[in-house]
Amino acid sequence: MDARVSAKIQSVFEEPACEHNQNKDEKARKKGCTKQLSPGAAAGGCAFDGAKIALQPIADVAHLVHGPIACEGNSWDNRNSSTSGPQLYRTGFTTDIGELDVIYGGEKRLFKSIREIIDKYDPPAVFVYQTCVTALIGDDIEAVCKRAAEKFGKPVVPVNAPGFVGPKNLGNKLGAEALLDYVIGTEEPEVSTPYDINIIGEYNLAGELWQVRPLLDALGIRVLACISGDGRYHEVARSHRARAAMMVCSKSMINVARKMEERYGIPFFEGSFYGIEDMSDTLRNLARLLVAQGAPADLLERTEALIAIEEERAWHRIAAYRPRLEGKKVLLITGGVKSWSVVAALQEAGLEVVGTSVKKSTKEDKEKIKEIMGEDAHMIDDMTPREMFRMLREARADIMLSGGRSQFVALKAKMPWLDINQERHYAYAGYEGMVDLVREISKTLFNPVWEQVRAPAPWDVPATAEEC
Amino acid sequence: MATVIDSKKACAVNPLKMSQPLGACYAFLGLADTMPMMHGSQGCTSFGLVLLVRHFKEAIPMQTTAMNEVSTILGGMDNIEQALLNIKKRANPALIAIASTGLTETKGDDVDGYLRLIRARHGETLAGTEVVYVSAPDYVGAFQDGWAAAVKALVTAFARPAATRVAGRIGVLPGAHLTPADLDELRELIEAFGLEPVLVPDLSRSLDGHIPDDFTPTTLGGATLDDIRELAACEHVIAIGEQMRGAVDSLATNAGVPGTVFDRLTGLAATDALVALLMRLSGKPAPARLKRQRGQLLDAMLDGHFHLGGKRVAIGAEPDLLFALASLIHEMGGEVAAAVTTTHSPVLARVPTAEVLVGDLEDLEQRAAGCDLLLTHAHGRQAAARLGIPLMRVGIPQFDRLGAAHQLSVGYRGTRDLIFALANLFLAHLHAHGPDDWPLPEAALAAARGAAPAGCACSAPAETVIPIIPA
Repeated sequence: MDARVSAKIQSVFEEPACEHNQNKDEKARKKGCTKQLSPGAAAGGCAFDGAKIALQPIADVAHLVHGPIACEGNSWDNRNSSTSGPQLYRTGFTTDIGELDVIYGGEKRLFKSIREIIDKYDPPAVFVYQTCVTALIGDDIEAVCKRAAEKFGKPVVPVNAPGFVGPKNLGNKLGAEALLDYVIGTEEPEVSTPYDINIIGEYNLAGELWQVRPLLDALGIRVLACISGDGRYHEVARSHRARAAMMVCSKSMINVARKMEERYGIPFFEGSFYGIEDMSDTLRNLARLLVAQGAPADLLERTEALIAIEEERAWHRIAAYRPRLEGKKVLLITGGVKSWSVVAALQEAGLEVVGTSVKKSTKEDKEKIKEIMGEDAHMIDDMTPREMFRMLREARADIMLSGGRSQFVALKAKMPWLDINQERHYAYAGYEGMVDLVREISKTLFNPVWEQVRAPAPWDVPATAEEC
Repeated sequence: MATVIDSKKACAVNPLKMSQPLGACYAFLGLADTMPMMHGSQGCTSFGLVLLVRHFKEAIPMQTTAMNEVSTILGGMDNIEQALLNIKKRANPALIAIASTGLTETKGDDVDGYLRLIRARHGETLAGTEVVYVSAPDYVGAFQDGWAAAVKALVTAFARPAATRVAGRIGVLPGAHLTPADLDELRELIEAFGLEPVLVPDLSRSLDGHIPDDFTPTTLGGATLDDIRELAACEHVIAIGEQMRGAVDSLATNAGVPGTVFDRLTGLAATDALVALLMRLSGKPAPARLKRQRGQLLDAMLDGHFHLGGKRVAIGAEPDLLFALASLIHEMGGEVAAAVTTTHSPVLARVPTAEVLVGDLEDLEQRAAGCDLLLTHAHGRQAAARLGIPLMRVGIPQFDRLGAAHQLSVGYRGTRDLIFALANLFLAHLHAHGPDDWPLPEAALAAARGAAPAGCACSAPAETVIPIIPA
């Protein structure tokens, strides 16, 4: 293994701020934060995929993939991370190496590619992603990027996370390491205010950030940088001057949050935009951290006042769905989203959560679920598609909320399904998002299509029924 | 007719091309009770799987040997062995179909050798499950090459010479560019002559969007292993697309089955050729409904030529799809002003245009300046928006539209529908004329003002006349 990647992976595995990690013994920690993959029974993306997911939302950067066509050609422009300006991040750049590059090395092609991109598109920076094949043949992307940066007078950032070093969540962290090593702290902001914050690990899927930003704007809190949703290169480069940071709960960029605290003294907390109470807690924590860092204390009262009004408004809107949704049963299978924070909103709308996944939840999360759903809460650790299918078929649930992977399990069982994972097109963040979620559930559950697809075909109607 | 050139760029921008292993696994998805698997890192499978899920809006069974750095260096035999045993235990499919990737090809894994050893070691456990392997490095060729290699590998592995030929049984080897709807149309066409078609692969039985009675971890349907074996007992084999020539040749050499390669089945003459062959093979006249369909196509061509005639069209597609579309545009009086493709193929020289570039969507966008229509996959949406011209989505992926599996473009009915779709796009984007559309040149204005003649009107640029490329 490339010694630099190997060292990076070890440092990521030793992450002191990660509770998961700190509960492990020395040996388990060395093994890393992921289970060994099982050939023939594995699903999910690779480290390169993860690194790209983490960094591609930086919208004005040219993201260049060094490798064969599969890595970019099969995957580009397929994520729903939104931008309020530049579109360059949606342009697919790849060296598309051929057989001869595999034999002679692809470094020259990579260097030329960087030049072509700078000549044609003049981005503020180029990010270069390593992949398996080019790592295996020994292409030194760090050296090429260094040379290109000197030659063209522009930041060229190597992202060394080839697919075969591990799964997607490791790639998230390795991608983030590239920001720490090459981008953050390399520029200075024009002005600094006591209300400057960073949001770390938020990708602005379906534009969710814009459901939250009006709240921050109203309080006078300035997002110095969002890493990386709707991000800009220069914002990330200047993000080290923020007063406080919020790390979005998925932990995908915990290393950025922790190292920025270590290096630049930016305190952070872990928060979530999903669920009404979570959103309020996030606002409170932000205000508290900023005030502790020297912002005027009235921020706290202003925040509480805003929370009171917005919570009241959201609960009021959700309650309107109660008569329709009362008693409907929901199966909640989530990945990164904290399930208990969504459970509360669903219950407020009168829905009964018959089961929720806890695969990625911590011990505290599970306690919280018990608190909300009662002692007999049905927690699902790992459910096979076959079990899901059966549960839906037997109508033990009226609707399933899950990620795209189990979408067809529900639809083929002719059961209502709602996408709450990263490929979704609806935004469910903040107070607005929870109201939208309940509205979507109602829309889906009461669609007339379910009755029709479940009705028997003419040739399946029993003869007796036809006679009478 | 066309000169074929390669892009000189170091960096591909906005790829048109998808990789070989994905094309191979796409072919495996047209086989019944099968688990396709890529021998590579888990990302290889995950990217391809997501792409097909978004195109078809269907669950896509596809596994990975989940190679990591260490297993790559040491060789992937253990991973393949574990994968086969895991899949056997969890899904028990009739076939596990493996495609290599760039990663394991760079290492140079001898998968055929591994499979022999694994069979010897686990013969009993794996009984009842066939395994087939195709080499498909990512850094060579493109999607349709992977499909072609996979079908050839299947035919070579399973179609053994048969003692007797079954009268009236016709093998069909469709290219990667045909949709499930196209395959259904072909089946109906062949059955209309009382013949019995055997399609390999058959996406119309797996990815046509049907609802199975129970949960299935493998493919939802498709050609069975017996179907592939029976190819050897067919009276004749029909292949669609130049890419399928290798598989047809393999069948002819190994099993002595005569075959015909149709380079396309979109267009009047192309469909006529198929119908003539079916009449000859069956000894039956064409049924009345086919005659009616042909009449409808003639009418569609007459109605459509007003709107397609003289139109400049830019096409970005894999060679066989490019050839089919470009030929139809040309036959309808349109001009294929830009043609970009993904990989080399003998059919490219026959595309009715001046030049075919093996390149990407950035190349297509540049060459499409001044065109009236863009034909390519969904990734062309950004280019079409910048060019301000309509985009018709063709090929894979079409992640931002529904019904990709049901787009029909072969046979009389398919050609008819495609002509209507093209013509309707032009109708929807009719340019409304304004008062400033026909300005007089400066010389004319000066002359009208009574000023001395500023020069001869002959200095105006000459009309550009579209050269006629014989079909």
